[in-house]
Amino acid sequence: MNELIRLLSYMICIAAFLGLNLAYLGWVERKGAGHIQRRTGPKDVGPYGLLQPLADGLKLMSKQLIVPANADRPLYMCAPILTMVPAVLLFVAIPFGEHLVPREFNFGLLMMFAFASVGGMSILIGGWGSGNKYSLIAGARAVSQNVAYEIPMLITAITIVMITGSMDLNEIVRQQGGFFWNWNVFRLDKSILMPVSFLVFFICSLAETNRTPFDMGECEGELVAGYHTEYGGMGFGLFMMAEYANLVIGCSLTTVLFLGGWQCPFGLFPGPHWFLLKMYFLIWCFVWIRWTYPRTTFWGLLNLSWKYLIPFSLVNLLLTALFIKVF
Amino acid sequence: MSSLAQSHLRETFELNIGPQHPATHGVLRIKVVMDGEYIDRAEPILGYIHRMHEKMGENRTWNQFWPNMGRLDYLSAMAYNHCYAGLMERAAGIEVPERAEYIRVITAELNRIQSHLLGFGAYIMDLGGFTPLMYAMDEREQILDLLESVTGSRLTYCYFRFGGVYNDIDDDFITGTRAFLKRFRPQIPMYHKLVTGNAILMDRLIGVGPVSAEMCRKYGATGPVLRGSGVNYDIRRNEPYSVYPELDFDIPVYKECDSMARYMVRMDEMVQSCRIIENALNKLPEGPVMAEKVPKALKPPNGDYHYAVEAARGTFSMRTVSDGTNTSYRMRLRSPTYSNVSLFEEASRGMLLSDALAFLGSLDPVIPEMDR
Repeated sequence: MNELIRLLSYMICIAAFLGLNLAYLGWVERKGAGHIQRRTGPKDVGPYGLLQPLADGLKLMSKQLIVPANADRPLYMCAPILTMVPAVLLFVAIPFGEHLVPREFNFGLLMMFAFASVGGMSILIGGWGSGNKYSLIAGARAVSQNVAYEIPMLITAITIVMITGSMDLNEIVRQQGGFFWNWNVFRLDKSILMPVSFLVFFICSLAETNRTPFDMGECEGELVAGYHTEYGGMGFGLFMMAEYANLVIGCSLTTVLFLGGWQCPFGLFPGPHWFLLKMYFLIWCFVWIRWTYPRTTFWGLLNLSWKYLIPFSLVNLLLTALFIKVF
Repeated sequence: MSSLAQSHLRETFELNIGPQHPATHGVLRIKVVMDGEYIDRAEPILGYIHRMHEKMGENRTWNQFWPNMGRLDYLSAMAYNHCYAGLMERAAGIEVPERAEYIRVITAELNRIQSHLLGFGAYIMDLGGFTPLMYAMDEREQILDLLESVTGSRLTYCYFRFGGVYNDIDDDFITGTRAFLKRFRPQIPMYHKLVTGNAILMDRLIGVGPVSAEMCRKYGATGPVLRGSGVNYDIRRNEPYSVYPELDFDIPVYKECDSMARYMVRMDEMVQSCRIIENALNKLPEGPVMAEKVPKALKPPNGDYHYAVEAARGTFSMRTVSDGTNTSYRMRLRSPTYSNVSLFEEASRGMLLSDALAFLGSLDPVIPEMDR
């Protein structure tokens, strides 16, 4: 019974945390974009435009859902839901603090990757089900992109698993305690390429979340709006929210694996505040990159993965194995 | 890459880009036969915003045709004004006061900077970078304010008259322009630092969309497209008009023939336009801005007249046949992007969709001017 109450309260908390993030990351992004682009961003609805997300949500919800005539109706309808579900599910395994984790899995990391792949699939389903050529091209692009970037991401994650000897996310964080040089990103004694490995993981999570410069699924300049061209109202809203949910997941995972999760850089007062601080810093970097860089081409993107990231992460994997064996 | 396009298993599909599509800058429609992500054949289909300006020229009196000149290329309307003014002054033999010619050059060059700024911003937006557009808009706004203060309009100028300009520039405009030049000059190196040097941008522009000088000749491409293909051709130098021969400027030419070359030509032209404006402001003579005794109802003698100017996108020329009445017998407008976009079909064969749209952006089309 106790366990049930615990899980229920976690569920409510996650829903609240997620809801707040999905609404206000959009605001942060627009405000950030505004300041990067010499303008103010949203400012009219509420103080500093803080009620803008509510207004947007209301607008999206009150819109009529129009299903295109030649859409594959079941697929078209289920894609936005399918994109949202894994994003929400993944929060179950994320350790916000030492004792603030909904479910401690032995295979938390594995579960992350398993469900993250479903997100890529939902883009394909949405693109296919829309019955629009632009959406279809975007869907196909998004899937080959997700496949290409999951490999170096997984290999890098395996490196971490080899170092920590655990797939439990909380255990991985626990091992990075003490000062910041114990964080995996600075563990030069395990592999001298660790900082670069962090970069690889970061780039991969950029690509996995379909954000500029890798937003092949959307590319509004070429494919109108990519896979969600035909979605209006809350269908579009769900895709948008899933993008932010994936952003939070990607940054959380990077924080947990490389930046010591809830550990303090100086060994003092570890706790969820450190986790949130690091995560939001990474999210801000994502926003920053989005409004700074142009988009790569599809081939440039695949080349980057297959020619640079995958060989590199393999080398790092071997090097780590060697270091662990030798030292 | 092309081996894929030639394989036996090929299956093509048709994609209609436009008439409403974010990459086409207006109502241009491109019918594309795609082989996967590669373009088999791309055919630009024009005419969605055709307004029969040439026919209007035959129905309206010479003076009534003025407002049409602001509505062809809405981004560099001043050069179009200049062309029509030059054409009719040549036809009717009107002497233009020197001050008026200087004012024409100053406003036309400000307009060119404004046009290139928007072209730069919109082009980077085509490539997925949204921020440079906002920076460019900020600078552009200052030019629009300056031009608004003398011409009264911000976009569709109708400022020139047969024999001069209708409003003299004042000290506010001159000091404002000087202040703008001072502020704008350091911005261009900043753009190069922020945008041009970006690895992703270089990857997308260098070597993409090759347009040879031969192809330009074949389709009559002019302006930055031609100068990006290594041909030093600019009406301001090759067929000098107005007071350009007295001013000091260079024609930027790049030999690489790719999108990067066209982009760089535009960026360098902004610097040169700054030079021209500064030079012209220094040499600005005193005097009237309208020729005396220009008849209200102009009736140029019988004949066939032609005049060409360098607009922001290339050579704009007008040809008219006058039968001695107060309307034109035939009016012909030759607009630069019509020719520039014609080469899209040949140049885009076998290109990736995303590269082809980046290439289209580098031609910097303005659709109302193409369709006239």
